[in-house]
Amino acid sequence: MSGNAIEVKNLTKKFGKFVSVDSINFSVKQGEIFGFLGANGAGKSTTIRMLCGILEPTSGDAFVAGYSVKTEPDSIKRNIGYMSQRFSLYDDLSIEENIEFFGGVYGLEGKKLIERKDWVLESAQLTGKETTLTGLLPGGIKQRLALGVAVIHQPPIVFLDEPTSGVDPISRRSFWELIHILSGEGCTVVVTTHYLEEAEYCGNIILMDAGKIVAEGTSSALKAQYIQHPVFEIETDSPVELMEKIEKAPFTVEISLFGNKMHLAAQDTFSTVSEIGSALEKFGAKNILRIDRIVPTLEDVFIALVDKKGK
Amino acid sequence: MKTIIHIVKKEFRQFRRDPKMFGIILIAPIMQLLFFGYAATLDVNTVHTMVYDRDNTETSRNFIRDFSGSGFFAIDYVAKNENEINEQIDKGNILICISIPREFEKRIERRETAPVQFIINGSDGNTANIAAGYAGVIAANFSKNIAADILGRQGKKVLPTGQITPEARVWYNPLMKTRFFMVPGIVAMLLSIITMLLTSLAVVKEKEIGTLEQLIVTPIKSYQLILGKLIPFAILGFVSVILVIAGMRVIFGIEVRGSIIFLLGNSFLFILSTLGLGLFISTISKTQQQAMMIAIFGVLMPMIYLSGFTFPIENMPESIQIISYFIPLRYFMTIIRGVVLKGTGFAELWGETFMLGGMGLAILLLASMRFRKKLE
Repeated sequence: MSGNAIEVKNLTKKFGKFVSVDSINFSVKQGEIFGFLGANGAGKSTTIRMLCGILEPTSGDAFVAGYSVKTEPDSIKRNIGYMSQRFSLYDDLSIEENIEFFGGVYGLEGKKLIERKDWVLESAQLTGKETTLTGLLPGGIKQRLALGVAVIHQPPIVFLDEPTSGVDPISRRSFWELIHILSGEGCTVVVTTHYLEEAEYCGNIILMDAGKIVAEGTSSALKAQYIQHPVFEIETDSPVELMEKIEKAPFTVEISLFGNKMHLAAQDTFSTVSEIGSALEKFGAKNILRIDRIVPTLEDVFIALVDKKGK
Repeated sequence: MKTIIHIVKKEFRQFRRDPKMFGIILIAPIMQLLFFGYAATLDVNTVHTMVYDRDNTETSRNFIRDFSGSGFFAIDYVAKNENEINEQIDKGNILICISIPREFEKRIERRETAPVQFIINGSDGNTANIAAGYAGVIAANFSKNIAADILGRQGKKVLPTGQITPEARVWYNPLMKTRFFMVPGIVAMLLSIITMLLTSLAVVKEKEIGTLEQLIVTPIKSYQLILGKLIPFAILGFVSVILVIAGMRVIFGIEVRGSIIFLLGNSFLFILSTLGLGLFISTISKTQQQAMMIAIFGVLMPMIYLSGFTFPIENMPESIQIISYFIPLRYFMTIIRGVVLKGTGFAELWGETFMLGGMGLAILLLASMRFRKKLE
């Protein structure tokens, strides 16, 4: 397996005639944080479920920790942790009871169980609250606890399926700190998300659309590959009007709306704020409050890719 | 094995936090006992009666006194005209009206047949039947006495002739109380509800909140999951069975005449099928509401109607009797009534025991296979 934690080969899943995952190939290195991006229904969760050994692929195969998802799903289950977008602990059990139950299911007992329980409590910052009912915890803390429980048996690989959906930004940040700690300890983390800014935390990323991989690489490589033009952020009072106005302007390569701001990928000749500013003025654009040259985000990449497909 | 214990332990911890569970397990058996013991009775103890006496003679009054003295008939109304009969029957105040025509006494004295009309509200056929039976017996006795009277007045003795006197001995339930018949059946009903309904709900609940998916990605094997989910409800079922048996004895003085061990053994065989059905329901339901509906209307009600719990199977049309052979509750009902009321055991009930065990194993195995397939 040459140091790869996951090796995916022509993995395909069909539900009836619907092709959910269409012959994808990729590999995940040991210890990296691997991001899985894509819109809802792009096939992310289906792929994750196949890699966890709970959904049998229609064709192709994948090796997780060296085991085939087709023939050795039971061995995979012992070597992975999994946390889904839905909260997956028991609300009506106390924190401690949840930890003990899942620890027990993974065969931990005695000293080892106590040691790991303390680790989970500490990583979720819940030490001293062992007897609190899990259902009473706020969402962000619950997610951290769920992650701790998902890796209670110290698996070499953990799958996180949209772990932060519905969690506030601050909790999301501390959740990601926990992911980095895990990764630092050598655990391979595969995470799906549709928060594009989260993908910036990942090492390698793949972008899925309609069951296929449309782009892969590191965040900066993706940006370099797909956004070759200078990007400006324009703040305005009347974004929709402005967008309609300059959409077809000669200096516009790509334009997308983010609230009352828009990101404009301009022709290469416009590399400074004043250059694009005067170009906009000449074109008759009004109500512009501010223009900045920005570093493109993955969101720009994503939109560029989806647009390209649409055209 | 340890994994199963972990799951069972978890289930019990969840029960402890769910007050509804305690309600179902502790209060429901007692409530059912009281309902079926006191309220669900087919016995006719008091017949509300109206009298319309147009003759108004000594003989007619004697005739009425025989009714009021019987202990069954309560003369609640005396009608003055025929309209009142209709009125009271329509209102549901009376079950029977004894209508005595004019010349009742005179006809008897003339040694003619004296007709008396019983008007009976037959909307509840069973009760009407019983009331008509009682009334017929009283009237027959009355005319027997008239005959003896007349003979006596003529100085003649009633000659002893060869006669048949039926002497009925009612075994097992000498007072012929419906209660004795119904109450043991409650054991079976409760077992069905707890093991089938609660099991399906518990599994579907995990499906709903997403923990089932979490369990599937752990190394838990599906048989461990099934056993871990079923064992707690089997235990709860037995707790309620013991409660009902104790309640039967304390509240109604109904003792188990046969072997309690045999009864509990059969209870175990019975819950194999109800647990299996519960598991099956959980595989075809997405939400707890669905599971509840399917369990109650799809399985529980037909099962109870066709088991002989309330309606005797012998009186059903043949085609329905055949269906009832496929209902495990039918066998369990026979067993439990036999053991509790008649004191019968394996020697008499081996057929039922084997049917119960066979069906239980088959249902549980099929349901487990389906559950397993659904998981994967």
